Amino acid sequence: MTERPVALPPSRPRGPDAGALGWLRANLFNSWGNTLLTVLILWGLAVILPPLVRWGFLDSVMSGDAAACRAADGACWAFIHEKLLFILFGTYPHDQLWRPGLVVLVFIVLLTVSCDRRLWRHWLAPLWLVGLGGMGVLMAGGVLGLPAVEDSLWGGLPLTLGLATVGLVVAFPISILLALGRRSTLPLVRGLSVAWIELIRGVPLISLLFMASVMLPLFLPTGVTIDKLLRAQVAFILFASAYLAEVIRGGLQAIPKGQGEAADALGLGYWQKMVAIILPQALSLVIPPLVNTFIGLFKDTSLVLVIGLFDLLRTAKSSLSDPFWHGFYREAYVFIGIIYFSFCFFFARYSRWLEANIKHSQKPL
Amino acid sequence: MAIQVLLVGAVIGLVGWLAANALDNLARGSIATGFGFLSRPSNFEVGECLIPCSAADSYGRAFLVGLLNTLKVGGIGLVLTTLLGTLIGIGLLSSNWLAARLARVYVELVRNVPLLLQLFLWYAVITEALPGPRQALSPLPNVFLSNRGLMVPMLAASPAWLSVGIAVIAVVVILLIIGRWRRRPLPPLMAGSLLVGAALLAWLAWGAPTALDVPHLAGFNFRGGMAFSPEFLALLLGLVMYTAAFIAEIVRSGILAVDPGQTEAARALGLSPGLILRLVILPQALRLIVPPLTSQHLNLLKNSSLAVAIGYPDVVSVLDTTINQTGQAIEGVAMIMGVFLVINLTLSALMNWYNARIQLR
Repeated sequence: MTERPVALPPSRPRGPDAGALGWLRANLFNSWGNTLLTVLILWGLAVILPPLVRWGFLDSVMSGDAAACRAADGACWAFIHEKLLFILFGTYPHDQLWRPGLVVLVFIVLLTVSCDRRLWRHWLAPLWLVGLGGMGVLMAGGVLGLPAVEDSLWGGLPLTLGLATVGLVVAFPISILLALGRRSTLPLVRGLSVAWIELIRGVPLISLLFMASVMLPLFLPTGVTIDKLLRAQVAFILFASAYLAEVIRGGLQAIPKGQGEAADALGLGYWQKMVAIILPQALSLVIPPLVNTFIGLFKDTSLVLVIGLFDLLRTAKSSLSDPFWHGFYREAYVFIGIIYFSFCFFFARYSRWLEANIKHSQKPL
Repeated sequence: MAIQVLLVGAVIGLVGWLAANALDNLARGSIATGFGFLSRPSNFEVGECLIPCSAADSYGRAFLVGLLNTLKVGGIGLVLTTLLGTLIGIGLLSSNWLAARLARVYVELVRNVPLLLQLFLWYAVITEALPGPRQALSPLPNVFLSNRGLMVPMLAASPAWLSVGIAVIAVVVILLIIGRWRRRPLPPLMAGSLLVGAALLAWLAWGAPTALDVPHLAGFNFRGGMAFSPEFLALLLGLVMYTAAFIAEIVRSGILAVDPGQTEAARALGLSPGLILRLVILPQALRLIVPPLTSQHLNLLKNSSLAVAIGYPDVVSVLDTTINQTGQAIEGVAMIMGVFLVINLTLSALMNWYNARIQLR
């Protein structure tokens, strides 16, 4: 029996780039300019990072009262500890706080579930509608033995999440109609859609919020009033519909003409063609940019504080006005900054992952 | 056709119903209509004025002051954010691992936190963490940074500066006319020296004034020089840093989209890295960068309306006060929207013109 020669596994060349030192040389010190840059950055980090770590961790006060905080040099996380429930849930009645807590939990579960592509089934949309309705009932109360809580008392994270998701869910069908309208062959339909989209995209969100808060009451029949939260929500829906419409239009434009022509050849009507052939393809193409639009909407909810709603940013800002706990703005802003960041960063990553994944699995049209 | 008629009918019906309601409400609340309020005295102080202003001025002048404030923060912001964004965008692609990481951390951190939160943080840092005017930081001679804002020296008022401005504008107009007439612009060196020469002449004609208006402590605050308020600084800083994170990504993807073969060919020709960037990559990348960059510029201008939340008297916050005082919400909101639509259309037109020039022909 002859032994068959076995190929040796290829070994990496031991050149100047090998090992940790080689990596350093290749990535940080490969030229005079880069060496200088590296040294400058390291020096900057050495100046900034240690005090930051000392402030945030080593010298920080985890619990105690304001006096203990003032005695220390570091961050006063005791302030967050003290104000946590107010920052997260606003002025919601104290004995009922499990309700907004549960709402936030349901939101997180629903959002997480929706991120799993295996669960993108037909029941997901009704599940969201039921979920949002259920959360609304849970917040408002007045049924099932839950004490009623006026929506002027709602605040914090549930409000922020609610404004963003309800805005997205309601604006979505409107934006599909707008996107179809903008590509319609009927000149009047197209004109109105273009006017709507461009007008809203051309003005700041604040002006829409002002419109909803000070102008809308003037346009309703005398005696009819809509509360502040609903008006802000309406402004938000208008805003979202224009931006979503442009995203969806991008998807519609990417569908090859042959798809529509094939549908025409089969004798499908306009709506049959759109609902059965074009929209399913177009919408699945634009899921990543839709997630990005949702991130934008989520961040933009912070603007509602301008018209006096207690969203997450406003509750944090209000917690600063407690005379006993004055001056801990860094802690408050860092804390809610982390909340906003975690949501947005997660969804941004998810969107990028989705984009790579969908491209991978999509068959050429 | 039937659909269109129905749709238009519905829209007209809706608008008519809203208008009828509005007229009814206005009559009941005895709220005035029309823009007559613009000439009435406003009775409120606008915190910062680029043109002389006081509480006795009309609403119209207050509006103008607010508009100038918006343009001030927008104009400075656009330039700074483009520079910073380009720098960070190049940093994202740096061959230096540390620089690329740092740029990435900046972009992710800034992009994923609401702008309004960043504005509040900057405002709080400026007004609460900086020392008072008496202990003001002075990073450069005669430049003072305190919780009252940033004070820098300015050229002392003199008629010379006005005539320099007029001379520069006149030369630019002449250059444009000559360019149109010759069907191509003058060589940059010649045009530049003409501009500088005219400005120098105008300056010399007034006796070459060099006096500086230097900020100095007077009582509890600084007098003289040019002052940037904490509100302005917070808004500018927030807008510039936030928008730069988005611009950085645009610049990065624009540069990445240039075929690597171009760089290799340039390197084979013996061009230095700096020249490759300037002569080969940037001219090609710009074509891809300019359209999305325009929309980021528009975003910055629209986001400058957040000024109202930190008390910088931009056009939105002046009109907000006007609405509260006069009750004329429809006119006020219409003016806000009108201002931003006009600004948007103007900037889009300018950028489209620039975009058309740099595209391949």
